[in-house]
Amino acid sequence: MSTVTNAPETHKPVSGVREFWHYFSQNRGAVIGLIVLLIMVLIALFAPVLAPHAPELQYRDALLKPPAWQEGGSWTYVLGTDPVGRDMLSRLMYGARFSLVIGVVVVVLALVGGVTLGLVAGYFRGWVDIVIMRVMDIILAFPSLLLALVLVAVLGPGLVNAMLAIAIVLQPHFARLVRAAVMAESSRDYVTSARLAGASHLRLMLVTILPNCVAPLIVQATLSFSSAILDAAALGFLGLGAQPPTPEWGTMLATAREFILRAPWVVTFPGLAILITVLAINLIGDGLRDALDPKLKRS
Amino acid sequence: MLKYILNRLLLVIPTLIGITICSFGFVRLIPGDPILALSGERGVTAERYATLVEKYGFDRPIWEQYFRYLGQVVRGDFGDSLATHRPVVEEFLKLFPATVELGIFALIFAIVIGVPAGIFAAVKRGTWLDQGLMGTALVGYSMPIFWWGLLMIIFFSGYLGWTPVSGRIGLQFFMKPVTGFMLVDSLLAGNFNAFVSALRHLILPTIVLGTIPLAVIARQTRSAMLEVMGEDYVRTARAKGLSGRRVIGLHALRNALIPVVTTIGLQVGVLMGGAILTETIFSWPGIGRWLVDSIYKRDYAVVQNGLLIVAVIVMIVNLFVDLLYAVINPRIRVQSS
Amino acid sequence: MPLLEIKNLTVAFDTSVGLFKAVDGIDVSVDSREVLAIVGESGSGKSVAMLAVMGLLPGTATVTADKMEFEGIDLLKMTPQEKRQIIGRDIAMIFQEPVASLNPCFTVGFQLEEVLGKHLGMHGRAARDRAIELLKLVGIKDGAERLGAYPHQMSGGQCQRVMIAMAISCNPKLLIADEPTTALDVTIQKQILDLLVRLQAEHGMALIMITHDMGVVAETADRVIVQYKGKKMEEADVLTLFENPKSNYTRALLSALPENAVGDRLPTVSDFVFEAAPGV
Repeated sequence: MSTVTNAPETHKPVSGVREFWHYFSQNRGAVIGLIVLLIMVLIALFAPVLAPHAPELQYRDALLKPPAWQEGGSWTYVLGTDPVGRDMLSRLMYGARFSLVIGVVVVVLALVGGVTLGLVAGYFRGWVDIVIMRVMDIILAFPSLLLALVLVAVLGPGLVNAMLAIAIVLQPHFARLVRAAVMAESSRDYVTSARLAGASHLRLMLVTILPNCVAPLIVQATLSFSSAILDAAALGFLGLGAQPPTPEWGTMLATAREFILRAPWVVTFPGLAILITVLAINLIGDGLRDALDPKLKRS
Repeated sequence: MLKYILNRLLLVIPTLIGITICSFGFVRLIPGDPILALSGERGVTAERYATLVEKYGFDRPIWEQYFRYLGQVVRGDFGDSLATHRPVVEEFLKLFPATVELGIFALIFAIVIGVPAGIFAAVKRGTWLDQGLMGTALVGYSMPIFWWGLLMIIFFSGYLGWTPVSGRIGLQFFMKPVTGFMLVDSLLAGNFNAFVSALRHLILPTIVLGTIPLAVIARQTRSAMLEVMGEDYVRTARAKGLSGRRVIGLHALRNALIPVVTTIGLQVGVLMGGAILTETIFSWPGIGRWLVDSIYKRDYAVVQNGLLIVAVIVMIVNLFVDLLYAVINPRIRVQSS
Repeated sequence: MPLLEIKNLTVAFDTSVGLFKAVDGIDVSVDSREVLAIVGESGSGKSVAMLAVMGLLPGTATVTADKMEFEGIDLLKMTPQEKRQIIGRDIAMIFQEPVASLNPCFTVGFQLEEVLGKHLGMHGRAARDRAIELLKLVGIKDGAERLGAYPHQMSGGQCQRVMIAMAISCNPKLLIADEPTTALDVTIQKQILDLLVRLQAEHGMALIMITHDMGVVAETADRVIVQYKGKKMEEADVLTLFENPKSNYTRALLSALPENAVGDRLPTVSDFVFEAAPGV
């Protein structure tokens, strides 16, 4: 929790950005992660231009073609084709769109929900705080994937419901973080002086207190971004997330499962795509944490 | 210590009530008629419908329905599975040992490798060994384990042919479930071949399920060790002329273990989530696969109460870990005089 | 032959902004049964020099010296194993934060008996009896009970007594005390100082007292080294230093003492520009 209480002292908005970049850019892993993520974003954005084939077009004469470098492969289908003859590379490229959009949407939902609840709980205290934080505890009492699974079972399978479920499961982390930060901050002098100057509740919460807990929130958001992608892929793999023929990576794995021993590439590449994306984001997350955490910075 | 325990126990109660409200509310949130969902019947007669309404108490106010449900749960009545018509508890108890067996192995695997790896990385801070270990840990932490499991099957079962693809034991063996733990049962039966078979079936699922906890434990151990190694008492230990092994392995590690044990405890929840995927991939007949299958089959009675049981178990384990935390931390165990 | 003799000691730290010399060419020598005080403000490198003797500096530190001998044995050429035979037995050290210096996870008895086991081969009953005796020696009467206590159950003063008991457990020839009273209440400070001085006399050890407090120097030391920014400013016996300080840094330090105050504002040390006294 040291991040929460320590962050405000060193996080100065203007010079902070440069200082932050100085520390962040020294972390080789984080820079590599950032580059990989940028490439992923570019691939996702320009998938229609880059992809050699349409993602849902089935080439009936090229079922389960191996990748180009293997015997029987051809450069027409660089990473081979799946059981119904769709080009793997093109599907993976379009899949990047889904994973990144899932990550962004889930994080935004969880962030907005969690920050609101945390601010309200930490600022008003009393029974509002107790009710909100008990509910958060209850959500955290369930294993997250299991809860997401059951929520999807309630809401019905599908990508939108999966994202909703994951956002619900992830938001207590934000709420706890913000509540702790608000409680630490609101006893400080600058908040008291703002209050004495007649600032409204909303202004106090959003303009005075919130900017001071931005650093730990950014780190948490990054971590949530990667776990959202992982969980969404897991739900897709279990058949409860994005539905076929959507080229979502987890869903692609699910449909390819029965061919694992006959055609390993249909299993290998989608998973590798998930791993690389999640790894890149986690590398960035580690870098952000080190750069934004003043306690580690000093050492 | 006693105050700490009482405090923790009191905190559990609202969470417990909240969990029951969740599982109670679950069936009522499913789109469609909750009675049909719970009874699994389609096209029932008006008469039968009225009986079901009576049975589940749907004609009463909602809070009365809840207390009725709570009463049943407290008495250990979790209803019957719609698919098999057997009590949910009975099915749960039959499958639970499989999950526990796998979970224990995965946790041991994670601890036995993760803790030493974390210590090594901390001691060799900044070297290629540290970077290599922590890089590997981050890859493990980022691993989609459902894919990791498939890769393992491709390589070890498909390519090398070393390990079986799925299940808990070879088909030729039939073990009478005494304890439900395949390893124990096979030894009790004196069937060594069956024991070996069960062990071989455990290898891949253990690695797959243990990967993420392993990564988390290694990372946590490293950071806890680094923090502790900067403390004054470690310097004191060195000033006594103690060997590096004793300073690190006893004075530093003993303190670093306090947060690490908490992390290990939290992995139980992670394992339950991971079991859903691991059991599905390896056709492991445990709780995770049971719940997923029940969702596929719309066996809402099982999903509702399975969720409840799992949540309560995870909560109890977390409570136990909190108590363990107090036991291994003298600052909480022994009050200042 | 001095007990500890150091010539031209330099300790440099490898930091992100370059090499930082915490200690720059210092000579220290102390005879047996002598009390030497090293005085300086925080950051003057006074602890670092002694940590270098003990071999307790982190890997980022580079230690160089023309000579670093203890009883004529070269400390620089020793292997870590050989050094561990001496550290804790012949040279012992106590630190500034007594509560933090004791391991919170082990009882006082364990930590005390550990030293006895390591250097004297004492175990079980013998170690226990000796530990109680040592606690009595440092003024803890209910030693038998205290052996089972954890550091957090004791006050700062008691923890420092335990640290002292640990340090003197093997009858060391040299005790290094690094700001031993700074973190303690004023009333306790005096008791601990008296204890250290008494033990030094009774056991005939040499004592190096690292401090920033001129009062402590006056009360304990035979000889004083004044250090500033890693360099030695002055070395003199205690009377000469107080009566006739040669370096203007020492003068500045002395004039900053409240009892020497002239006028209504205390001078601060940073009001002066310093150079080492001639001949140092």
